[in-house]
Amino acid sequence: MAHFTKAKSLHDWLNQRLAIDTLRRVLATEYWIPKNINFLWAMGMVLAITFALLLVSGIFLLMYYQPNVDLAFDSVNYTIMQEVGYGWLWRHIHGVAASVVFLIIYIHMFTGIYYGSYKKGREMIWISGMLLFVAFSAEAFSGYMLPWGQMSYWAGMVITNLFSMGGLQLDGLVEWIRGDYIPAQAFLNRFFMLHVLLIPLAIIGLIVLHFGALRIPHVNNQDGEEIDFEAEAAKYKAGNKKESKVIAFVNDFMSKDMMVVSIYLIFFFYLVFYHYDFAMDPVNFDPADGLKTPTHIYPEWYFLWSYEILRPFSTNVGLIAFAFAQVIFFLLPFLDRSPNAVPASRRGLFKYWFWAMLIDMIILTGMGKLPPEGIFSTIGLYAALLFIGLWIVLPFITKFEKKV
Amino acid sequence: MKNSSRRGFMGKAFGAVAGVGAVASLYAMKRSWDPLPSVKAAGFTTLDMTAYKENELVVEKWRGKPIFVLKHSKEMIDTLDENKSQITGESLGEIDKKRLVKIGNDYFMVTIGLCTHLGCIPGYNPDEKSFLCACHGGLYDDTGMVTKSPPPRGLDIPPFRIDGMKLVLGEEGPEYKKMKETGITL
Repeated sequence: MAHFTKAKSLHDWLNQRLAIDTLRRVLATEYWIPKNINFLWAMGMVLAITFALLLVSGIFLLMYYQPNVDLAFDSVNYTIMQEVGYGWLWRHIHGVAASVVFLIIYIHMFTGIYYGSYKKGREMIWISGMLLFVAFSAEAFSGYMLPWGQMSYWAGMVITNLFSMGGLQLDGLVEWIRGDYIPAQAFLNRFFMLHVLLIPLAIIGLIVLHFGALRIPHVNNQDGEEIDFEAEAAKYKAGNKKESKVIAFVNDFMSKDMMVVSIYLIFFFYLVFYHYDFAMDPVNFDPADGLKTPTHIYPEWYFLWSYEILRPFSTNVGLIAFAFAQVIFFLLPFLDRSPNAVPASRRGLFKYWFWAMLIDMIILTGMGKLPPEGIFSTIGLYAALLFIGLWIVLPFITKFEKKV
Repeated sequence: MKNSSRRGFMGKAFGAVAGVGAVASLYAMKRSWDPLPSVKAAGFTTLDMTAYKENELVVEKWRGKPIFVLKHSKEMIDTLDENKSQITGESLGEIDKKRLVKIGNDYFMVTIGLCTHLGCIPGYNPDEKSFLCACHGGLYDDTGMVTKSPPPRGLDIPPFRIDGMKLVLGEEGPEYKKMKETGITL
């Protein structure tokens, strides 16, 4: 048995039993972050804070929400919104955060792509991040079912129908997923379970993996410079903070991180209090009705780009294109054949690839919202083809990229 | 050496037991996700076909989906018979009547009331004797055939079995199987 002495303080008592000093050193005061970074490096913390907001607001919503097809709609739109004190606050935080979290995820992703932060030992950061993106997508979709409005119902119908795999006609699989022939009680109950337990558990596990993946390769920096973290940390610890290229995660980096978080939270609560309606589709304020389809069925803005890749093609081709769009980002570290882990601006053709991809995804998002008619349909088709084309040329343009 | 082989055996034995347990629990989990027997039992709807009026669309419900039932009048059948294909000269009525369900001496259109394009519910116009889908302008005739795209095919026909003057939806009778074989419905 380990040797314990009479504790001199509560701190000492805990330290003997939990090694809190060592923990703090390893996780915070001696976890090194490069100095040469900008505000885009704070998006990880912004995401962590947004996830916390989702978790806390979700806990309060869970106290009054009823996962029952007859009661769900009123439990949200009447009980939580009208009766529960400040119930509207939790709902609006939850709805706005669910939408904004995807905006930050996309910024976080494109920052990583721009600075090449998925290469040279950082592949697992990218892959765990993409797994988080998938888990958040599933979380967003399952949560969208719960108010049991018209958009909940018909989005549930259309998305689960995708599992019939078009020409394969796997109706049995669709019925198995739903637990019924149509989205009904069994469907609402199981998506409720997924939304409040299974997927959040997976998300928390993946966040731990994502942070862990960061530990050995460390955070990238604005110039893609390879930093000798041990040597730089030694300088810092010797008091030579000015010359060292790194700073401690706590308090140095965190103070700047929280500055960005503060600005973000002002923007976030501005949305919650004055513009929450952007995250609430008016169609979803009609209760679910299996005998009446809304005129236009479209997903929330953050799924529009992949929806638009599905839409312009015939059923089977569309599904293949859609599946392609869902998995291709995972392969980015392997499709990028260049050894250069520097900002896109210094990478020749990749610079144009990056901006073309970003603009193409914005166009796809815009076209996905518009009805699939006339000119919009044509633009959508070409944007979808461009998306696929860009991924096909990526290995070739990066293979012939000059070494920086 | 002796110790390590014993450990190896214990490892393999544990692996085998755990493997069986894992497969068994996966099966249990799969079964728990299956539709309940009560849900499956509710998957059948019996319609009394004597209750319908001619050229009046009734929307029934089967497995949560809308079902169009339209009893054809004598003149509607005659109109079908009069239309002849301009290419083959064959009576269109003979082709279209294959989509109808004959019960006693009456013909009924019985289809799933979801547009085959994107799943909206078309509306019936009894004067024009046609179904218009407001979502994207698809048009169907009074047998559920497409007369104007975008729908890729006519309205789907639910599995049915004729039982005297009753129609059981959800069961596959010989008339339905024939429709499926001849490609009239999916």
